[in-house]
Amino acid sequence: MSQQITLAQLKRWLLRYADRIDQEASYLTELDAAIGDADHGVNMQQGMHKLRQRLLNMGDPNDAGLDVSGFLRMTAMTLISSIGGAAGPLYGSFFLHAARTAPHAATVDVTELADLFRSGLTGVRQRGKARPDDKTMIDALEPAVAALEQAAATGAEIPEAMAAACHAAEQGMLHTIGLEARKGRASYLGPRSIGHQDPGATSAYLLIQTAAEAFSENGVPE
Amino acid sequence: MNTAHPALMQKKLINDPHDVVRQSLEGLALSHPHLLDVHYDPHFVRRIDGPIKGKVTLISGSGSGHEPLNTGYVGQGMLDAACPGAIFTSPTPDQYLSALDAVCGDQGALFITKNYAGGVLNIGMAMEMAQEQGYIVESVLVNDDVAIDDPKNRRGMGATVLVEKMAGAAAEEGRPLNAVTAIARQVAAQSRSMGVGLRSGASPLLGHPTFETRPDMIELGVGIHGERGRYEIPLTSADRITEMLLNPILDDLPLQPGDRVLAMVSGLGGTPLQELYIVFRHLHHLLEARGVTVERRLVGDYITSLDMAGCAITILRLTPELIRLWDASVRTPALWW
Ligand SMILES: Nc1ncnc2c1ncn2[C@@H]1O[C@H](COP(=O)(O)OP(=O)(O)OP(=O)(O)O)[C@@H](O)[C@H]1O
Ligand SMILES: [Mg+2]
Repeated sequence: MSQQITLAQLKRWLLRYADRIDQEASYLTELDAAIGDADHGVNMQQGMHKLRQRLLNMGDPNDAGLDVSGFLRMTAMTLISSIGGAAGPLYGSFFLHAARTAPHAATVDVTELADLFRSGLTGVRQRGKARPDDKTMIDALEPAVAALEQAAATGAEIPEAMAAACHAAEQGMLHTIGLEARKGRASYLGPRSIGHQDPGATSAYLLIQTAAEAFSENGVPE
Repeated sequence: MNTAHPALMQKKLINDPHDVVRQSLEGLALSHPHLLDVHYDPHFVRRIDGPIKGKVTLISGSGSGHEPLNTGYVGQGMLDAACPGAIFTSPTPDQYLSALDAVCGDQGALFITKNYAGGVLNIGMAMEMAQEQGYIVESVLVNDDVAIDDPKNRRGMGATVLVEKMAGAAAEEGRPLNAVTAIARQVAAQSRSMGVGLRSGASPLLGHPTFETRPDMIELGVGIHGERGRYEIPLTSADRITEMLLNPILDDLPLQPGDRVLAMVSGLGGTPLQELYIVFRHLHHLLEARGVTVERRLVGDYITSLDMAGCAITILRLTPELIRLWDASVRTPALWW
């Protein structure tokens, strides 16, 4: 049987992401100060604090009666009601759409993971109507999901597939530096947005990075 | 990191930066107990006498830091509720839904939001959720900022105040949801704005100015979120700046001799009224010189960007109906007649 990602690992992923956002909050806000309105780190921190509280109160997700789909839906609803700004509905849509595709089971394999990430990305694209190269979080998410799909299709195991996704997300994030923003607040600056890394692409990279970390460890208890 | 402007750094009348929004709302509630009431977690400000039967409900939302927008426009003749987000961050869908539950009458509700990615996305989600719960809701997007070329991408600025006032008056008259929505869209469509930033504001959470203005340079085409403008230009006289603000407005909203307008100059939070009058004086001259009548006017801090220095001009082409709706009585913390 192929490797599986457990609910405990999904939980560990999001707790780790909450910690990473805490560490990087002022960096994200500084990136947003350059081409936006200096709130992205603050927004993400607020949302991830709420989610951390919920996750910690929940205990073992299996005992809470959640399957993967329900777990992702709970995450979506928490983020939608607590991040605010553009990022709230966008990350909310990512998890909401991922939840729709996710199995009603306690684990997912790498192919199912790629499917639910693809579905999450479609949710972000439908909600925000941004396309690749508009200088948004799409520029980190799209290559990450493509790399994950490709790795899954060639039979890669989870750590290898997630490493590929993480690398692609990082490249995509760095690629936003050279782009002129066409969506979101940075687009108001026109050509003056060139030369700055997109804050949302950066938080999206961190999301993939922490997933890669959490999904590659197995069985480490909280 | 940016550490200049020590004079600006956190010389603010605040306690813990994280408590700014909450404590400011608490003060608002204590300042206007006869007009409004504040609900916390999720945050919204509601008209004290709502929900009102037979009247369309108006709910507006935006980030905090634009005061008096929107919380200062809650009251008779304007908003039934306002949803303040975190500083410069659009409010979340559950804020809109909680406000709707608290103040919605029996005639449906109109959501008013400025055209920003976050505003549009959160309103979109709130509308879907409200409709699922059986509410009749409409929304209007305000996009009056001519600093952005593509109208679809234009930000909401001073026209927001005018939309809230006139749609609010129409709702108070007992007009149905489709008519109130049409008035709101008409006011938005007939308004144009352009802003100038002289000095960046400082967000309490950031702790320093959002950007540095070079000596003798100013930012033309700023929005209301402390961001840079479209262009950096050399500082010049108030009259010349007024022309640079008005010209792109007139390019986009052609006015004929005999047209009647409402002319608005709003400070961005860090400029004295004295200077706003100097801008308004020349704005008035320029419009009258073209044969345009300044029929109604509004000068002061009505939509701000924390403590950014600068101002924004808004011009609305009036019709007799809009003049009547503007003149209708209003009782809110920030507009009262
Ligand atoms: N339409 C969009 N599609 C995808 N991503 C987007 C879109 N608009 C903005 N973004 C992403 O959101 C990030 C900004 O998020 P942030 O939390 O700072 O919200 P904001 O734009 O400041 O919201 P608000 O308009 O309420 O102030 C950008 O860096 C970009 O990656
Ligand atoms: Mg932002």
